[in-house]
Amino acid sequence: MAERSEEVKLLGMWASPFSRRIEIALTIKGVSYEFSEQDITNKSALLLQLNPVHKMIPVLVHHVKPISESLVILEYIDDTWQNNPILPQDPYEKAMARFWAKFIDEQICVAAMNVVGKTGEEKDAAVEATRDLLKFLEKELVGKDFFGGKNLGFVDIAATLIAFWLMRTEEIVGVKVVPVEIFPEIHRWVKNLLANDVIKKCIPPEDEHLRYIKDRMVKLNIKPA
Amino acid sequence: MASQPILLDYWPSIFGMRARVALREKGVEFEYKVGDLTNKSPLLLQSNPIHKKIPVLIHNGKPVCESLNVVHYVDEAWPDKNPFFPSDPYGRAHARFWDDFVDKKFSEAQFKIWGKKGEEQEEGKKEFIEAVKILESELGDKPYFGGDSFGYVDSLITFYSWFQAYEKFGNFSIEAKSPKLIAWAKRCMEKESVSKSLSDSEKIVA
Repeated sequence: MAERSEEVKLLGMWASPFSRRIEIALTIKGVSYEFSEQDITNKSALLLQLNPVHKMIPVLVHHVKPISESLVILEYIDDTWQNNPILPQDPYEKAMARFWAKFIDEQICVAAMNVVGKTGEEKDAAVEATRDLLKFLEKELVGKDFFGGKNLGFVDIAATLIAFWLMRTEEIVGVKVVPVEIFPEIHRWVKNLLANDVIKKCIPPEDEHLRYIKDRMVKLNIKPA
Repeated sequence: MASQPILLDYWPSIFGMRARVALREKGVEFEYKVGDLTNKSPLLLQSNPIHKKIPVLIHNGKPVCESLNVVHYVDEAWPDKNPFFPSDPYGRAHARFWDDFVDKKFSEAQFKIWGKKGEEQEEGKKEFIEAVKILESELGDKPYFGGDSFGYVDSLITFYSWFQAYEKFGNFSIEAKSPKLIAWAKRCMEKESVSKSLSDSEKIVA
């Protein structure tokens, strides 16, 4: 059954890892959607109406009903379009996938953001803290092409935050948080991601992305390294 | 065939209570192991090496951590009785969104009330009342958050056991600010699965 593209709308932002996650999932499922680029510094009335609680992107609108919070949206997409499943079927494996995705968002993301703008000893400590958390993910990848096994799954989609935001910005931030000597599995996984057609289609173009981040840092008065 | 699940828990834990309510709603017999958070057992450290926290549900030898994960897992592993979540994808997404809201906003706010003092505590009170208002408006006139039957988000009820503590530490009346929520809470407490699982408010205040 073909979905009319106007039935699925995504309010997002091209440089946001959370917004890109949704695009990846919709593309895996072959769902056409209308993308509405939002200005997060000047939030539209539509965004505020559709996500009054958090006022953030991404918001997926399907059959006129809005869904917010990227991980909630990913589960909704998997529930609604059952081809190419993103989450495992087995309840235990599903629980583990949810656990890792939350770990990425609530622990790794926070720790990595803590590195930005710091100097000296504080910076070193923030880097160490982030690496300690990443080591758990490193172990998870041993013997697998992706966190999801042979194919991209829920955790891979969440972890694109690490591959294309954390790792891409290492030069700007001035420290290799994820060096290949300590994290060979993660580096191997990134190569697998880059060979995947959906990922290639859905991640922000590197040069433009880096320019945007540098600009933002200047605006926020953070010195790029 | 499957062995009895084990729940590693700590009696006043709001998150532990969620797991207890979930298992009781499903009528699942479980072995309850009380942990001491100041002296973590080898079983806990082995089952939840990353966060070293309770609750942990061990089923068929495999550990499930994080209270909301446990609730979802229990719902999926014992699907035949009392489903916690609606069957339609939008209903489920709606449920997950509110569970997430409770975990983030409500949880943080309530911690500031009993865990902090001065300005931070006042901030906590403000955030708590705001969160309560948002939840009340979500509840509306329904008997439970899920509609006619107890389900998702109603697991918020486990915070109720701490309401007396918040009121004492924060010096304010929750009922005065949100009578509908208190009415809902009393309704939930009438369910055996809930009243059996929630720790005594008096004990928590002490």
